[in-house]
Amino acid sequence: MPHKTKARIADIEQRLLLDAIYHQYHYDFRAYAQASLKRRLQSALTQFSCKTLSQLQDRVLHEPAVFTGLLQYLTVQVSDMFRDPSYFLALRNEVVPILRTYPSIKVWVAGCSTGEEVYSLAILLHEEGLLDRTLIYATDINPHALRAAEQGVFDLDRVAAFTENHARAGGRSSLSDYYTARYGRVVFDKALREHMVFSDHSLATDSVFAEVHLISCRNVLIYFERDLQNRALGLFHDALVHRGFLGLGSKESLRFSAQAEHFDDFVLEDRIYRKKAGR
Amino acid sequence: MNASAAHASNTPAGGPYQAIVIGGSSGAIDVLNVLLPRLPVGLRAAVIVVLHLPRDRRSLLVDIFRPRCALPVQEAEDQQPIQAGHLYFAPPDYHLLIDSGPRLALSVDAPLHFSRPSIDVLFESAADGYGDKLVGVLLSGANDDGAAGLAAIHAAGGYTIVQDPASASMPTMPEAALARFPRQTPGKTPGKTPSNTPSNTPGKTPAPHVLTPEAIAARFVQLHAQRLL
Repeated sequence: MPHKTKARIADIEQRLLLDAIYHQYHYDFRAYAQASLKRRLQSALTQFSCKTLSQLQDRVLHEPAVFTGLLQYLTVQVSDMFRDPSYFLALRNEVVPILRTYPSIKVWVAGCSTGEEVYSLAILLHEEGLLDRTLIYATDINPHALRAAEQGVFDLDRVAAFTENHARAGGRSSLSDYYTARYGRVVFDKALREHMVFSDHSLATDSVFAEVHLISCRNVLIYFERDLQNRALGLFHDALVHRGFLGLGSKESLRFSAQAEHFDDFVLEDRIYRKKAGR
Repeated sequence: MNASAAHASNTPAGGPYQAIVIGGSSGAIDVLNVLLPRLPVGLRAAVIVVLHLPRDRRSLLVDIFRPRCALPVQEAEDQQPIQAGHLYFAPPDYHLLIDSGPRLALSVDAPLHFSRPSIDVLFESAADGYGDKLVGVLLSGANDDGAAGLAAIHAAGGYTIVQDPASASMPTMPEAALARFPRQTPGKTPGKTPSNTPSNTPGKTPAPHVLTPEAIAARFVQLHAQRLL
């Protein structure tokens, strides 16, 4: 079969599979960036011993456990604590002084995956003396990732990198103050978790659930196509308080978005934006 | 899609090409310094480059190449529409992919061959997006990233070039790519498709062109003169 025909059939199969997932399981990947999704689906084919996405579709529709497994392939993101230390340093130096003026603070980590960023923010806010009056909403569409995030357990061999990032992010304490190590893993302090609420939420299909002062959503929008990016940014705009803050990934920007006009650059090099006054 | 016309032995089947993707690792920056400044204004293809870099530092590639290149040079941004005659570098610690549009797309999926950005990720998505309208170039490097990607470009009917391993300061990467193809003499452009290969890939060479950095630069200029680039 000519290469072009094969490629076209693969595209059709991918669209049909995403339609099937949406209709059966109400997870909407249809407006995700298709090139990344394709790579993940190709590696899922090997895992589920399927030759084609059509075969995988058959199994996904008839075997819910296969869908649960596939969801891991499609959504799980591995990040590091304090990834891009300069982002956390900018939050600490530029955003925290303004958060400090509020009697109570709400933060939303959208697409929290397995929780690295949630714990990073909690530690930063604790160091700045703000955690006691802060509630962090951590949301994701993947229930397994949420459960892992809620456990606050990470492999010990990742901690050296976390520790270095934390120091470069202006950490005022030792990261080891916040965890106990055992059996090759570290468990983060339960006291941090008292300020976190983990919840299932989809930027593709759900609406705003709270009013918040800071939204951190990093390296999530890069998996979306433009329209879905705009939908998510619209939710963020609606969820933010007057002059609230939005932090994106280091290579994400509002530049190509319809929402750009509703935000001011705040610390542009670290992709921290601030909701414009009015509206 | 134009059916490929009859062509001379050194004229590729595809083309005009819409993009050139270039991948490299150790030793590749010197080669880029030979290739990129020679790309002429008015190039009809976009040029997209993945170079393995330290992950935790800002890339200096744009600063280095912008003053030396005739083409506009920038670091790739997510969702950016790809423009002909522009040169894009993958940012450190992100995979760079070609999405429909065509647009650039980034991802933080796991490193491949210990690399993010990975050359395979760019090459395979570019092969999907551009098919036979793509030129793939694999340069010096110390691991086998890019070999699968170059094979994918070749399978899609794209024009493939591998830096002559003898000219590479780290030959592992070009050698890994060439190991996937029938053996040939370095420095020699492979001939036309032998009669026993599938007839649906007219004019496709059986293996990548193996060229020195100077010869790659000259090939770009030649393809541009033929209005294929």
